[in-house]
Amino acid sequence: MAAMMLLSTRKLSRHFGGLRAVENVDFDLPEGQIRALIGPNGAGKTTFVSMLCGRIPVSSGDITFAGENVTRLPAHKRIQRGMAYTFQITSVFSDLTVQENVALAVQSRLERGAVLAGEVAKALAKVGLQDRADQIAGDLAYGHQRLLEIAMGLGQSPRLLILDEPTQGLSDGEVNDFIALIKDVAKDTTILLIEHNIDVVMALADKITVMNFGEVIAEGTPQEIHENATVQTAYLGG
Amino acid sequence: MEFGPHLILAVLEGLVQASVLTLTALGLSLVFGVMRVVNVAHGEFFMLGAVFAYWVASWMGGPAAIGFVAALIIAPVLAGLLAVACDWLILRRLDYDPERTIVATIGMLYVIQQVTLMTYGPDAHPVTPPFNHRLAIPWFEFTENGFEFYYPWGLSTTSYKLFVIFAAMVARMGIWLLMAKSKLGLILRATQLDGETAQAFGIPVERVYAFVFGLGAALAAVGAVLIVPIQQAHYLMGHDPLLLSFIVVIIGGLGSLRGTVVAAILIGMSNGVISVFFTPTLAKILATLLVAFVLVYRPQGLFGAKPA
Amino acid sequence: MLHLGLIAALVLLQFILPAYHHGNLARIMVLSVFAMGYNIMFGYAGLLSLGHAMFFTAGMYGMGLSVRLWDIPVGPAFVIGIFAAAALSLVVGLLALRTIGVAFMIVTLMFSQAVFLTILYFNPITRGDEGFVIAQQVRQIAGLDLSNPTTRYFAALILFAICLLAVLWLVRSRAGRVLIAIRENEERARLLGYDTWAHKLAAVVMSGTMAGAAGAAYGVLFGSVGASFAEVPFSILPLLYVLLGGPGTVIGPFVGTLFMFYLRDLSSSLTDAHMLVAGVVLILLTLFARRGIMGIVRERWLKWLP
Ligand SMILES: Nc1ncnc2c1ncn2[C@@H]1O[C@H](COP(=O)(O)OP(=O)(O)OP(=O)(O)O)[C@@H](O)[C@H]1O
Ligand SMILES: [Mg+2]
Repeated sequence: MAAMMLLSTRKLSRHFGGLRAVENVDFDLPEGQIRALIGPNGAGKTTFVSMLCGRIPVSSGDITFAGENVTRLPAHKRIQRGMAYTFQITSVFSDLTVQENVALAVQSRLERGAVLAGEVAKALAKVGLQDRADQIAGDLAYGHQRLLEIAMGLGQSPRLLILDEPTQGLSDGEVNDFIALIKDVAKDTTILLIEHNIDVVMALADKITVMNFGEVIAEGTPQEIHENATVQTAYLGG
Repeated sequence: MEFGPHLILAVLEGLVQASVLTLTALGLSLVFGVMRVVNVAHGEFFMLGAVFAYWVASWMGGPAAIGFVAALIIAPVLAGLLAVACDWLILRRLDYDPERTIVATIGMLYVIQQVTLMTYGPDAHPVTPPFNHRLAIPWFEFTENGFEFYYPWGLSTTSYKLFVIFAAMVARMGIWLLMAKSKLGLILRATQLDGETAQAFGIPVERVYAFVFGLGAALAAVGAVLIVPIQQAHYLMGHDPLLLSFIVVIIGGLGSLRGTVVAAILIGMSNGVISVFFTPTLAKILATLLVAFVLVYRPQGLFGAKPA
Repeated sequence: MLHLGLIAALVLLQFILPAYHHGNLARIMVLSVFAMGYNIMFGYAGLLSLGHAMFFTAGMYGMGLSVRLWDIPVGPAFVIGIFAAAALSLVVGLLALRTIGVAFMIVTLMFSQAVFLTILYFNPITRGDEGFVIAQQVRQIAGLDLSNPTTRYFAALILFAICLLAVLWLVRSRAGRVLIAIRENEERARLLGYDTWAHKLAAVVMSGTMAGAAGAAYGVLFGSVGASFAEVPFSILPLLYVLLGGPGTVIGPFVGTLFMFYLRDLSSSLTDAHMLVAGVVLILLTLFARRGIMGIVRERWLKWLP
């Protein structure tokens, strides 16, 4: 493999009682790629990325990030090593202002100082929320909360940005802006994108991984995946 | 005196304590199990049971037995109704948010306790037991004639204490029948599993909650009525039962009725037994620390299964 | 600004107030230090403790026993008291923070009850329920007689001012904002790269230490040390003060303590059931005014209020 692997998993599994939500997943993500992770509802996508960032513990298997085994590291240490995760179910600080939300994201990697305000403004401008900086996050419309969630991810300036269904609830116009934004961010960030909107996937992904029933059933370029019969049956419920 | 007879006495005392404790703790456990809230005012409903019992008994006059039976029926009903009112007026409006409910029930604790102080007064009053025969406890010894029973001097219990043990057993059976066999029990268990789904199936969850809160208080009150002939009614008497019920419910596993009963018997017994041999303060220190450590290291209780 | 103003006003009041209120205010300032400590955990980090009396008494007995058993002067004894509270809060924090929500409340309640019972158990040393008195002649620091009302007032004020400014500094610091983030949404804070556990532990220790400082000061300034300060109602009081004054506001605890103190004072002419008022206020606050006095002020008028 030419490019360096930023993230790899080996035999990664997570069981909830008897339910095998993720089962023996081997996964490799080279630095600089935009990878889409797709699969039907309940396939285990959120569970998989939650293990990557340490939100939930693994049942078994290993995770390597930037050459280091991070399987047993607590979440905040993984984030400090350059991961960022945006939640599928919006999870912002709803009593704080938009600005304070992003400041908390930026602040976690910066020492304090004047840079902070600038970085916050930059992240807000990227998602187009600069005019709402002083609103209380909980008062925002759902779509705007999604954008705030993304801005918080950007504010962390991660090496690996994990986005869990970021376009859910966005308008068509906002989705187009989002695609442009991610293309821009991807110049210096590796991206792992869970997405149901197939247009977004086709527009962005360098490579696609497909999950079903907790396992990876296919992996390839958008073209290959598009033509793959197993994937078709998984989506059609075959 | 010998160790053996002493132990029998301790076990009997322990059983009386345990009987009352099971009822009180079951009330707390039921409320937590179904409603997922902690009722800090639980001990005050216990106290109210005793105070109401005193009032009912002294108002009835006549033979002690009639006053007592009336108290055994009326006092828990009154305490239960009051609890239903508290639920409807206060807890329901808090959406049963666990933290706010605790704060509100702390408030209820003080209101009930202080109002009792203002009306009932600071003194303790007894209720005459319906019957109270002294029963000597037999013991045996080896003599040259072999095995012989005798009645050690000063070692006795009363028929009333045996009645308490028996009555609590009946009440426990009642609760078990209610939960396991009746339609109401089914509704309670459904609500416990998942309030929202229960609502969707047409169960009037708010009314179930009010009923459960009342039932929990009434159970505590039954325990109190049983104990007043032995212990006297006093406005501060709710403190220890609250603490002990907490201990029992936590050690038995939050929300598990069976665990609660087992733990109540164990703790009630050991409390009785320990206090005969050790200082009660030391026993209480150990018990509170035990509860804290159980919550920290085994939140499912000592008898609960590990959650998946 | 506002806070410096409050401190200045309190300095002025010393010269204006009649003796009765003057004495009250000294007590209120010490109790609001207790409440400010409580507020760090409850108002900012969102951790509801039902056992803060244990930290207060750790400070009080740490100080009191040093004086009583080893004849240590009250100055160093005060410091010992603070360290005792810090140590206790560290231990309690390490254990209790393994739980959350209702379990956390009960664990703190149980630890506090264990502290209370321990004081009773070691009756010969602690004099249990009765407590003991710190003699007037030893209540001196650098030749100043702390039982004198004016010195006492200023001693209380100095402690109050230090704690107020400390909380203000904390709230404006990076760590303070992280605490608020934890209160709002702990998981999110963790996934922004913050060590939430360490922050919560720090909050517990700061909170307990401040409560301990209040306890030690109470003993030094008012001369009495007793087990009743370790009982459950004394853990409820700071919760009440903070809820009333406004959780998560810097001067809320002082406002709450002030109001509650005089509310109780007024009601005591009507009834001697002291805790009745406390109970009613608790219920009304949870029902109708979750944000407390300063919280409402902030919401309506002063958005910038820290
Ligand atoms: N905390 C949990 N406890 C028990 N089961 C869980 C838990 N979290 C997820 N599951 C189960 O694990 C399986 C995978 O869930 P997951 O959320 O990872 O799917 P997903 O691919 O993200 O689906 P979606 O597209 O709907 O977001 C599902 O069957 C889900 O019900
Ligand atoms: Mg998902």
